Amino acid sequence: MLRVPITSPLTELDRKKERAPVPKEWAYAPAPESRDVVSIKERYGHFVGGKWLEPSETYTTISPATEETLAEVGQATPEEVETAVAAAREAFENGWSGIAPAERAKYLFRIARTLQERAREFAVLESLNGGKPIKESRDVDLPLAAAHFFYYAGWADKLEYAFPNRRPRPIGVAGQIIPWNFPLLMLSWKIAPALAAGNTVVLKPAETTPLSALLFADVLRQAELPPGVVNIVTGDGRAGAALVKSEGVDKIAFTGSTEVGKAIQRELAGTGKKLTLELGGKAANIIFDDAALDQAVEGIVNGIYFNQGHVCCAGSRLLVQESIYEPVIEKLKRRLTTLRVGDPLDKNTDVGAINSKQQLDKIRELVEAGEEEGAEIYQPPCRLPEKGYWFAPTVFTNVAQSYRIAQEEIFGPVLSVLTFRTPEEAVEKANNTPYGLSAGVWTEKGSRILWMAERLRAGVVWANTFNRFDPTSPFGGYKESGFGREGGLHGLEPYIDFDGTEPFGG
Amino acid sequence: MARLPVKKTYKLFIGGAFPRSESGRTYEAEGQNVARASRKDVRDAVRAARSAFPKWAGMTAYNRGQVLYRIAEMIEARDSEFAELSTGLEEVERTVDRIVWYAGWADKLAQVLGSSNPVSGPYFNFTVPEPTGVVAVVAPDEPPLLGLVSRVLPALTGGNAVVAVAPEKHPLAAIELAEALATSDVPGGAVNLLTGHREELAPWLASHMDVNAIDVTGADDGGAAELERAAADNVKRVVRGGPDTQSPWEIASFLELKTVWHPVGQ
Amino acid sequence: MPMAQAPVLPRGFELPLEPRLPRIGSVDAVALEERAASLAKRSIKKEAKVFALELAVRMMDLTTLEGQDTPGKVAALASKAIRPDPSEPGVPSVAAICVYPNLVPAAVARVEGSSVKVASVATAFPSGQSPIELKLEEVAWVVDQGADEVDMVIDRGAFLSGRYAKVYDEIVRVKEAAGDAHLKVILEVSELGTYDNVRRASLLAMAAGADFIKTSTGKLPGAATLPVTLCMLEAIRDVYEENGRMVGMKPAGGIRQAKQAVQYLVQLHETLGPDWLTPDLYRLGASSLLNDVLMQLRKEKTGVYQSPDYFTVD
Repeated sequence: MLRVPITSPLTELDRKKERAPVPKEWAYAPAPESRDVVSIKERYGHFVGGKWLEPSETYTTISPATEETLAEVGQATPEEVETAVAAAREAFENGWSGIAPAERAKYLFRIARTLQERAREFAVLESLNGGKPIKESRDVDLPLAAAHFFYYAGWADKLEYAFPNRRPRPIGVAGQIIPWNFPLLMLSWKIAPALAAGNTVVLKPAETTPLSALLFADVLRQAELPPGVVNIVTGDGRAGAALVKSEGVDKIAFTGSTEVGKAIQRELAGTGKKLTLELGGKAANIIFDDAALDQAVEGIVNGIYFNQGHVCCAGSRLLVQESIYEPVIEKLKRRLTTLRVGDPLDKNTDVGAINSKQQLDKIRELVEAGEEEGAEIYQPPCRLPEKGYWFAPTVFTNVAQSYRIAQEEIFGPVLSVLTFRTPEEAVEKANNTPYGLSAGVWTEKGSRILWMAERLRAGVVWANTFNRFDPTSPFGGYKESGFGREGGLHGLEPYIDFDGTEPFGG
Repeated sequence: MARLPVKKTYKLFIGGAFPRSESGRTYEAEGQNVARASRKDVRDAVRAARSAFPKWAGMTAYNRGQVLYRIAEMIEARDSEFAELSTGLEEVERTVDRIVWYAGWADKLAQVLGSSNPVSGPYFNFTVPEPTGVVAVVAPDEPPLLGLVSRVLPALTGGNAVVAVAPEKHPLAAIELAEALATSDVPGGAVNLLTGHREELAPWLASHMDVNAIDVTGADDGGAAELERAAADNVKRVVRGGPDTQSPWEIASFLELKTVWHPVGQ
Repeated sequence: MPMAQAPVLPRGFELPLEPRLPRIGSVDAVALEERAASLAKRSIKKEAKVFALELAVRMMDLTTLEGQDTPGKVAALASKAIRPDPSEPGVPSVAAICVYPNLVPAAVARVEGSSVKVASVATAFPSGQSPIELKLEEVAWVVDQGADEVDMVIDRGAFLSGRYAKVYDEIVRVKEAAGDAHLKVILEVSELGTYDNVRRASLLAMAAGADFIKTSTGKLPGAATLPVTLCMLEAIRDVYEENGRMVGMKPAGGIRQAKQAVQYLVQLHETLGPDWLTPDLYRLGASSLLNDVLMQLRKEKTGVYQSPDYFTVD
């Protein structure tokens, strides 16, 4: 029988070797996503009628993480907006509304595919211009934007199935004004259903984040979309106001602040133009004592620190059942110490830059108000970069329902913590706001989830999760959070004209 | 000698009761003195609607349908009175039929307007329609009964509580309707009817911060625009429809959509 | 016989266990898996990667648990454990070698004088389906033979039929029998069915005195996964937050690539913090992971992708 020869593997050196001390600090090396993938032009015009229109006025757009100038872009004048509206009208009348729906669908499919192919390029640009972490633009904004086009592409030639017996027809020219928190994603939420329903579009991206929309114009070129079907004009609120006032626009879709939303609604009063508004929020995220706590804490973090809290549906009010207040706050604070704040292009960054100086000032003002009113502030130790606009993740405890930080939308990484004792009280506090966009509920009890979901006056209720989005899922608010839905079958409706086709009218 | 008939005092319908106007004023319409509601009556009516809303919205859809059907029964039972106060029996019959049509919708809305949504991920996701809350209705003058009912029923069927400004020129059918409602099973406050001057009352409703939606069908073009502007103060949903329509999409215009997400896991 | 009292148990979870277990809380599977997936996306590069790879080596329980194991095989394993990469003296030794009881004497002899510990599986590994007396005898024997660490299995049959006290009692008695040897309690998570059960079993094992909790025997498919390990780390964290006791964690089974090892360490780092970044509190149970880690280490050093031909199989 074969005997395995065994020789001693040990040398004298090995025998003496003690276990080496293990270093405890583990700093992750920088892991920046390459900027080379995207090339930014020095100067952009407005994208009108399939061509670049030389702007008469311009301003510079920057990276909020470094304050470096990225490009010069147009500040659309009312005349330039009218040119864009006229181009959209012409495209609508001369072709787009008459094109076979199946062909329209294929354009949208092309756009979706092109976005998928160029996803990394867009993700980097989005993070550069907006300050959001690359892991979010890469894993959330871009896949969802492409998915939105893909989803609505399929509807383009199936509208009769979406609205049986209603003879759906396009409205005409849609004026769309979008915010800076999810620039490309909001673009897709607006453009995809509008085109699927056969409308043409004039889109105005937010003042601080125009670049992904301008790059999107190149996707339209690759998709060979007929000229004028989508027009993009850039600029601040003046450009948006011109678009709202333009007589050639048949429908306005706006996502942004409640204040501006109200102004738009006033402006459109009596014009008969269709309007959808997706406005602010002050969502309650409600944690019951039987919730799966570690997952709930993740939900709290995702609810308010996702995209620096620049999310209209952010879970900015945490309502914790008193019996588990301490462990939840302890876990939350501990979790905050692991959040990595910094370079938006670093793949390990969890919290990026605040989108603009203006927004940073607003956050600071409200945080100061919170401290003055007597709330207790907690911020994890973190080093913020010197240049750029930054704000550390913040938790306020000892917050009363009457404090400004519990009432006003902060739109930043700032959480206000309140407590409750019973489900009734949780509902009452959650609904005690003029807003009604979203809410979160964390409990293991199925019947309570449905009971809560029924009573929360909000357009989206996330139960045992938070901040989930999907093209098939309608999104939009109650009360002062706006009206109309984006996403899903219901998201088509604001872009369709049914007038005069109902049996018995209607 | 012929008997002198006892005349009716035409009052408001608020919170299930029939108060006089807080202003103590009346106006003459269709040969009668009719209560002329004030802004304080508007306030009281909205308050009554708000407090009735949870009860009405919280009923099962089946029950709501039954209550609506009961209204049709009550009108049919006094069709001759209604005929006198409207354009005639035909209008009454169409009104009854319209209410029956809406009554049948109550427990079908969620199925027609809701959805379950196939999201990409381990989540169950569904969308359900829910009432908006308190809805103000500025009713058209014509037809007196059918016009009012055509505007109130869509909001009511969806589970909203309603404050309606009755047709200014033809308010009597509205008051008769209030009496039918009071003797049906509609919870007090779910429907409130104010008689008076439309131009006096409607702006208070349009600007009221506790009203969630307004139907301006009864206002003229200029008035409607004014109301719509005021409605923006709290982002009210504004509807301008027809005086003689019936459609589930009319109900839908007074509904919110709520989408619920839940993870699917062991 | 009165049941042994728990050395550690979160507040509100005192014995008897049965009526109290539901209060131990629950785990949302979807959110747990999402969190684990999100942590796995960390991008660990350059010096941070070298740190992680070396740490993975230090934390490794180099394992052979085969019917065909012989003293010769164990000897070879021991040499590999002590000097994983003979051409790179800077590469540290692994934490331990993990063997069957019969091989303990050979293992002890071969690692003598080095920092490498000997871990023995015991308690009728892998099924645990033997009388408690035999299990205790086996534990006492391997410790007597010089095993530094004992990897026991819980009685899944008892756990799944709700006889938690039996599971608990058995761990307490094994812990007694193991004496000074470190006790790792294997939950065999793939037989427990749900994360809720994994959490319960984790707390149960820690309450009964486990020094480490360990995912799997490695004898079943679907052994260690990132989410199940995260679930156990969170239970460990709860015990720590409750009373300051630091319990170790050992994912085992299915970890074959350096990339996975780094993911496990990131998860550890961000869940329990830097205090747990030590072989005293974390082990990676693996039989084929080591060479991939060594290849990655040399790649980081040389900048050139490596071939297995240049690394000894054992």
